[in-house]
Amino acid sequence: MNIAERSELVANAVGRVVPETVNGRPQVPYMGVGKYRPLDGKAMPAVRTAADYPTNGDKRVPDLETALRKCGLRDGSVVSSHHHLRDGDRVALMALETAARVGVKNLMWFPSASFPSQKSAIELMEAGVIEHIEGSMNGPLGDYCTQGKMRGMGVLRSHGGRWQAIQDGEVHIDIAVIAAPTADPFGNCDGSHGKSACGSLGFALADSIYADHVIVVTDNLVPFPCVPWQIQGNNVDYVVEVESIGDPSKIVSGTTQITRSPDRLRIAEFVARFLRDAGIMRTGFSFQAGAGGIALAFVSYLKQMMKQAGVKARFVRGGSTKYLVELLEEGLTDYILDGQTFDLDGVRSMASNPRHVATSPFTSYNYHGKGNFASMVDAVVLGATEVDANFNANVVTHSDGRLLHGIGGWQNCLAAGCTILAVPSFRDRIPVIVDDVTTLCGPGELIDVVVTERGIAINPRRQDLIDAVKGSKLPIRPLRDIKNEVERICGGKPQRPRRGERPVAVVKWVDGTVLDTVWQIP
Amino acid sequence: MTVATEIRAGEAGHSGAEIRSDLHVRIEPRERGGMDIELESRVKPYYGDSIRRQAEEVLEALGVRHARVQIHDEGALPFVIAARIEASVRRAGLGEGTRVLPDRMTLPEPSGRDRIRRSRLYVPGSEPKYFVNAALHGADGVILDLEDSVHASEKDAARLLVRNALRAVDFLQCERMVRINQLPLGLEDLDEIVPESPDLILIPKVEDPGQIIEAGQRIAAIKGDYGITRPVWLMPILESALGIENAFALAQASDKIVALTIGLEDYTADLGVVKTATGAESLFARQRVVNAAHAARVQAIDSVFGDVGDMEGLRAWGLNSRALGFEGMGCVHPLQIPVIHEAFAPASAEIERARKIVAAYNEAQAKGLGVVSLGSKMIDAPVVQRALKLMARALAMGLV
Repeated sequence: MNIAERSELVANAVGRVVPETVNGRPQVPYMGVGKYRPLDGKAMPAVRTAADYPTNGDKRVPDLETALRKCGLRDGSVVSSHHHLRDGDRVALMALETAARVGVKNLMWFPSASFPSQKSAIELMEAGVIEHIEGSMNGPLGDYCTQGKMRGMGVLRSHGGRWQAIQDGEVHIDIAVIAAPTADPFGNCDGSHGKSACGSLGFALADSIYADHVIVVTDNLVPFPCVPWQIQGNNVDYVVEVESIGDPSKIVSGTTQITRSPDRLRIAEFVARFLRDAGIMRTGFSFQAGAGGIALAFVSYLKQMMKQAGVKARFVRGGSTKYLVELLEEGLTDYILDGQTFDLDGVRSMASNPRHVATSPFTSYNYHGKGNFASMVDAVVLGATEVDANFNANVVTHSDGRLLHGIGGWQNCLAAGCTILAVPSFRDRIPVIVDDVTTLCGPGELIDVVVTERGIAINPRRQDLIDAVKGSKLPIRPLRDIKNEVERICGGKPQRPRRGERPVAVVKWVDGTVLDTVWQIP
Repeated sequence: MTVATEIRAGEAGHSGAEIRSDLHVRIEPRERGGMDIELESRVKPYYGDSIRRQAEEVLEALGVRHARVQIHDEGALPFVIAARIEASVRRAGLGEGTRVLPDRMTLPEPSGRDRIRRSRLYVPGSEPKYFVNAALHGADGVILDLEDSVHASEKDAARLLVRNALRAVDFLQCERMVRINQLPLGLEDLDEIVPESPDLILIPKVEDPGQIIEAGQRIAAIKGDYGITRPVWLMPILESALGIENAFALAQASDKIVALTIGLEDYTADLGVVKTATGAESLFARQRVVNAAHAARVQAIDSVFGDVGDMEGLRAWGLNSRALGFEGMGCVHPLQIPVIHEAFAPASAEIERARKIVAAYNEAQAKGLGVVSLGSKMIDAPVVQRALKLMARALAMGLV
């Protein structure tokens, strides 16, 4: 039986063809930015009673199998995990492999993101233990999905969209398994200490609140209280102690590297100059940039310019790295509001500096919150695999439709005051600026500036930005102009790769509506 | 002339996981059976048809009718694909005398004799991935190098790549320079390159004015054959003790010479001394080049600074170089360009002083006065000349 094959297809508000039903659930096609407002109450887990839990606060059980059995693991359960240990995580597979030993089938795995080291989930899908994955898939898992081998349909959500989906009941988590670098027997968890320290545990917060059952797995058990507690033990059912929750060398990178490529450095410098010349870089401003080579170089250029101009930020949003930590320690920003921590300097800083604050997708990105931080950030610098001449962008698939990245916070960040995509104009011979993006992830109305090595294009909707940089020395050009130049260099427009007929995954917008479809690779 | 040649396979270019923007072509000519083209490409979903079509066209133009061809492409641009196929065909002993040229961009304005030449970025002629973005970084010139950065076994193929790049790549505001090989090999480079109107040819390791005259005559002959009237300037590179001794004669060997430069790696090797960051061992040679260049009314241009990681060392070298009388130097990495431009820019105090002198001069001219004075000081004619020159240079650099 294949759920996907039974689904009717419909065109959404931007003309993308999307399935009406995904994994048996009816869907709302994308309606436009800020248009969808569900009115129901928020989903909640069952009411619990303290009398049912040990009065001494000791929730330890001998092993993960016991914990899963006690949580009522059964065929078809939704089991969630989180990627704060990134490619070093061992807990998600530990839970899924334990479930396989217990003998249950057809689980839905609901990770906040999956990583290449978890590719053995393919074997669990082949064996029928996992029915499908809702969460980012790349590398071997992405190929498995786009080749149409997964039984259910993939659902790709932003970090904020994952919280939204939990809150409006689209995904009900039966069992959340949370990897904790430090925890106490009551279930309080902290990510900043312990041999597997990773910084923020924000991705697990929603699950700890909304899942029916919560299991904490730790390799650094401390006596109560574990302080600070990023996850509250009051939400936790069982605590399991294990030898190791992950491979520390893959949890954080010891050093994050600025790109050495002169073309990419040029892009990074353009971005920093744009913020300066447009007047966005001023005392009290805020920005967010990721941990990629261009983003790191951008921070380094911006730092020099901030020093020269005597300008200080109020806050910067992480993914923190040593470059953001330097800004904080040199007094160039008052705060780091950190969603995930990419390197050892970030982990050390969060553990020791009260101005380096752990955040969650709730504070930063959630559509069902009473506002969130993303729209309060003055400027954000993001990547993309493709951008069209109307500034619509793709971040999840290669140009040939294979899954490449998760959405992460990318869609949520588009709400910033000035959204900048920093991209090369072509990679090898493949144009990045195209007629039509393969997969739509970000509506062009939210993308303000595209910075390439061949010039900077400002969205015509942002006359204010166009006016702000008039008279600067920046190479401002129409996006179409850059596109034409790239097509000339590459020897004409690329062929459109053949697309399959069967949907294998959907891309959700931040409000839970269906923005686009990922199709089976023929 | 017909010579019975044995049929042999020809290969050119590079492929592999680490290779970008290049391709490997292997051609096996055969007596019959037509064309059989196998294509592997990392951009096949986007440009597979285009690559195949281009391969067929290029092979047909080269007169290849029967062959097995294997192409392994790593995202090469069309001008690279054409050059690699042509190289493989020629290496197979076919296609003699035929060139398959990519479409030509509109040629930029011819380059001026006295244009600013602060920085010239070296790009290895056998590494096509560097070509297409080389001009983005704002150097005054880009040098497509056929000499030291190209292995002896790749000279023939690099020549075709550079030729095609001169036609197909937009080098923006950069002067389009080519460093040919030492003569006589360099003459073969000229045959392939000059028809594409490079702005300037660097001639390496010159010691004898006769070498420059020979290259100049060859260039003139090719220009005549192709009806090219725009200038192709020369920049001889002095890289030996003998070259330095003959500096003035070399600077005067052709009226197409616009600059004289020095190559310190070879020069220090010739002397058997160690090349240092401060350059005491080459001070005499560099001053000799500066003086000879000025005597011959051409620009004096310094060597390169090889340590890409040492920006402070580069800055110090550039400042010293300018103080000695050089007007520019070479770059081996784009990150060196802004540092060099800063080092060779007149300081703002210098510009301010020059501006005042020029203003005083203009005022004296307007009043018909023979004597120029600034405050209570009289200004000599050479000082006025230097100020005029400095202001012109500052203007060309966009500093005033």
